[in-house]
Amino acid sequence: METIIIILAGVLVSVATYLVLSKNLIRVILGTSIFSHAAHLLIMTMGGLKEGSSPLLGEEAATYTDALPQALILTAIVISFGVTSFFLVIAYRAYQETNTDNLDILRGIKDE
Amino acid sequence: MNNILVFPMVLPLITGVILIFLRPFIKLQRWVTFGVMAVNTGISLYILQKIQKDGILRLDFGGWEPPFGILFVGDSFSLLLVLTASIVTAIILLYAFHSLDAAREKMYFYPLVNFLVAGVIGSFLTGDLFNLFVFFEVMLLSSYALVSLGGSKMQLKHGIIYMTINVVSSWMFLIAIAYLYGTVGTLNLAHISQRIAESGQTPILTVISILFLIVFSLKAGLVLYQWLPGSYSAPPAVIGALFGALLTKVGIYALYRMFTLVFYHEPAITHTLIGIMAGVTLIGGSIGAIAYNDIRRVITYNVVIAVGFILVGLAVLTPAAVEGAVIYLVHDIIIKALLFLTGGTMIYLTGTARIENMSGLIRNYPMLGWIFFITMLSLAGVPPLSGFLGKVLVGQGAAETGSYLLLALAFLSSLAVLYSLLRIFLNAFWGETIISEEDEIPLKKGRLVPLVVFTLGTIALGLGVESIAVYASDAANVLLNPDIYIDAVMNDN
Repeated sequence: METIIIILAGVLVSVATYLVLSKNLIRVILGTSIFSHAAHLLIMTMGGLKEGSSPLLGEEAATYTDALPQALILTAIVISFGVTSFFLVIAYRAYQETNTDNLDILRGIKDE
Repeated sequence: MNNILVFPMVLPLITGVILIFLRPFIKLQRWVTFGVMAVNTGISLYILQKIQKDGILRLDFGGWEPPFGILFVGDSFSLLLVLTASIVTAIILLYAFHSLDAAREKMYFYPLVNFLVAGVIGSFLTGDLFNLFVFFEVMLLSSYALVSLGGSKMQLKHGIIYMTINVVSSWMFLIAIAYLYGTVGTLNLAHISQRIAESGQTPILTVISILFLIVFSLKAGLVLYQWLPGSYSAPPAVIGALFGALLTKVGIYALYRMFTLVFYHEPAITHTLIGIMAGVTLIGGSIGAIAYNDIRRVITYNVVIAVGFILVGLAVLTPAAVEGAVIYLVHDIIIKALLFLTGGTMIYLTGTARIENMSGLIRNYPMLGWIFFITMLSLAGVPPLSGFLGKVLVGQGAAETGSYLLLALAFLSSLAVLYSLLRIFLNAFWGETIISEEDEIPLKKGRLVPLVVFTLGTIALGLGVESIAVYASDAANVLLNPDIYIDAVMNDN
């Protein structure tokens, strides 16, 4: 199972890299969002997928699953949600100001 | 329990939240924010004294003892930076009161500054790797907002570049954390260090350490500084000063922490790499600083040079060099704020950022001219001023270990700094006065006072460097002996 998830994370990273390298600003933002999904999957796999019972004292099992990665992912999801939404706002504002979402044209704007 | 340790981070955070609801009351926002920074200064000074007496302090949140819970750790290095950051932010705010336009002040400038400072101070104090990531994000989110606050085309363009770079590097930070967690199974910095010391720094750990090196280099502007000049010069001078003084320093702090506390077993690989990167940064920064005629560009490339210089201290890693780097870090926070504000004032007074369009300002604004002159000497490291001792100690460390190439680059870069600023000085302040007395924009006291305070600060820090050398040598001692840090965190006290 771990192997499959790792491969999935790899596929997501390659998709995200492709998107981030494109010229369209919205695609770049989607790419960064997919990047973060890949990272979350990786964190989960690195902590070990379900190995024992849930980490509660009532469950009297021999082994427990590590709960920490899920806490980390939860935090990371919230952060990436905030960052992505702010990024979208900035992109929209830039579109309003410059009438383009093409990074080549944005790049050509002179620094006054 | 040392609950006081959390205050420097939590005060600005709570104030920031409250100020969002007090949007119409600009005056109140100003002085509350200034008051918070002043209180922070007092608190961090108190904690710094306490550390000298009681050793490293720690605060376990919710009573979860390490390695299980998240914790704050305060040692001399952290607190020295917290103290400097609080003072410098307070003085930068004084400049903001008189220079920032009403529209920006109304658009939550002060809450954003509070959040930025909370993120910066949290990053300095935390003892947990994931917590460090969270504070980085707090700091970065407010900096994204500050870069684009005002929404001019130039700001938006550089805001987008800045955000993309930082989002990708934060992603790499997460990946590196995931790999490290998978390898050593903990995220408490002291515990990671302990486990790595037990198992030895295996090749996979060295690879992870290089991933961290890339992440923090992106944040600090080490080699990967190409985003920096644009995004630091696009926003108004006040915001540029905050960024130049604080943001790159957090990256530098993280590099110092990671590569002295955790990944210090393979200096032949990691620290050599840091040395090469520092050298390249020094060369690249110097070329940039000399190449441009735009004041803002010259100033931002000076930030890059300083990053390279401070990391020479980490690359050679001798007691003298690390102590020098700590002193230089404190000096650099102050002097970069002063440099950005002076440059901003010149642009405001002349209405242009290009030095060929300025001339003879010394007749119009003699005080500003002298302030710029002192800034220049201090940055170049001329003896009575604050840049001197740090440079000497870092140089001494580099000479002790025989890293003569780094030594040469570090001091040649000082010449580049001097040349780049001297060029501004000669072009803008000397020569024929082209602004007649009627056209002269008055230099108000509100703008001049913060500059004078910073100038006096750099002179005072230079003359009284002995007073912070005690803390700096304690900081260097903890950095070079990770056991002190581990002992303070992992053992009950």
